[in-house]
Amino acid sequence: MTDDLIARLAADLKPVRRTAMVRRLWLAALPALLVSAVLMLVWLGPRPDMAEAVGTPIFWIKSGYTLGLGLFGLWAVERLSRPAESGKAPLITAALLLAAVAIAAVLDYVLMPASARELMLMGSSAQRCPFYIMALSVPFLAANVMLMRRLAPTNLTWAGTAAGLMAGALGAWVYSFHCTEPGLPFLASWYSLGIAAITALGAAFGRFLLRW
Amino acid sequence: MNRMGDLSELEDRLRTLMLASLAGDAASYRQLLAALTEHLRRYFQRRLTSGLSHQVEDLVQETLLAIHARRMTYDPGRAFTAWAYAIAHYKLIDLLRKVRQDAHVPIDDLADFLAAEADEAALAGVRRDLDTVLDTLPERVSGLVRRVKIEEQSIAEAAAATGLSEANVKVTVHRGLKALVARFGGKS
Repeated sequence: MTDDLIARLAADLKPVRRTAMVRRLWLAALPALLVSAVLMLVWLGPRPDMAEAVGTPIFWIKSGYTLGLGLFGLWAVERLSRPAESGKAPLITAALLLAAVAIAAVLDYVLMPASARELMLMGSSAQRCPFYIMALSVPFLAANVMLMRRLAPTNLTWAGTAAGLMAGALGAWVYSFHCTEPGLPFLASWYSLGIAAITALGAAFGRFLLRW
Repeated sequence: MNRMGDLSELEDRLRTLMLASLAGDAASYRQLLAALTEHLRRYFQRRLTSGLSHQVEDLVQETLLAIHARRMTYDPGRAFTAWAYAIAHYKLIDLLRKVRQDAHVPIDDLADFLAAEADEAALAGVRRDLDTVLDTLPERVSGLVRRVKIEEQSIAEAAAATGLSEANVKVTVHRGLKALVARFGGKS
């Protein structure tokens, strides 16, 4: 019986390219990005001052921070979708980036005039920002879960963490094209909070969602 | 040292077959799956006892299917045996979870999966369990059970060694086993 199975599987054998899995990850991430971006454009709209914003450093810091975390998250998803992988390298790198921005934000907050602090930390959208980020990350999270179930994660909690990090950070990246907040402390608190929430969600439900 | 050498030789052989398989070589793939089947069967046989041994072949097949369908997750830069073992272990845990034996999730490792013969650690574990069970009996009884049932002495030998009558030995061993079954044999 098992011999029959082996014969059948061997007859079904097709070559697999070295890059096959990475290609699949991108093929899942790009449609999710499209859905998330359209959702942002239709629901929230791009920031009205986009032309001036691209000339300011904070726009690029927000974009770079979130995109960086998202790519480290994608790297972690790539590692943790394979059996017996820990994803340590990408997750530690992501944690270092998070910590670096947090430290820079604290310094910035301490050094700025007290009158500017309210605007730079709370801005006008602190209560909404994490929730928008979470909403915009849903397409990424769904794409990750659908894909990873067909791969072979064996550490489901960490795999879920990676899926959540990638989704939350890329959701935040899409959101950064809507958000007009100018503060680094705002980025380090409210953006990070939204990303952390989705990451925690992935960690908590990974072992149910990613089972195969 | 010798065993480590064997393991790395096995790794090299299987990894070479896997790389050829990923390139589309069906003959290598058949060889690889046949070799894996042997390892998987032995691995699951040792893990699935007490009413689950009939599941071994199903689990072997399910693992082969998973290895086939998810073979793109093998990173050629990593050890192949570790990859295959992780899938087998995952499938084993998955089955145990399904049959609600979560209390008995085995702790094992890669070398265990690769070991060609029944390894010492497993046997030592069984012996330990046996001792624990036998120690619940009075010393006189457990001593006789050990002689007759484990060391395979004859009734006459055991009687001669302990100075008891053969009838006494027989009855004592019988009662000892009965007591063990009552205590550890479960409801069936």
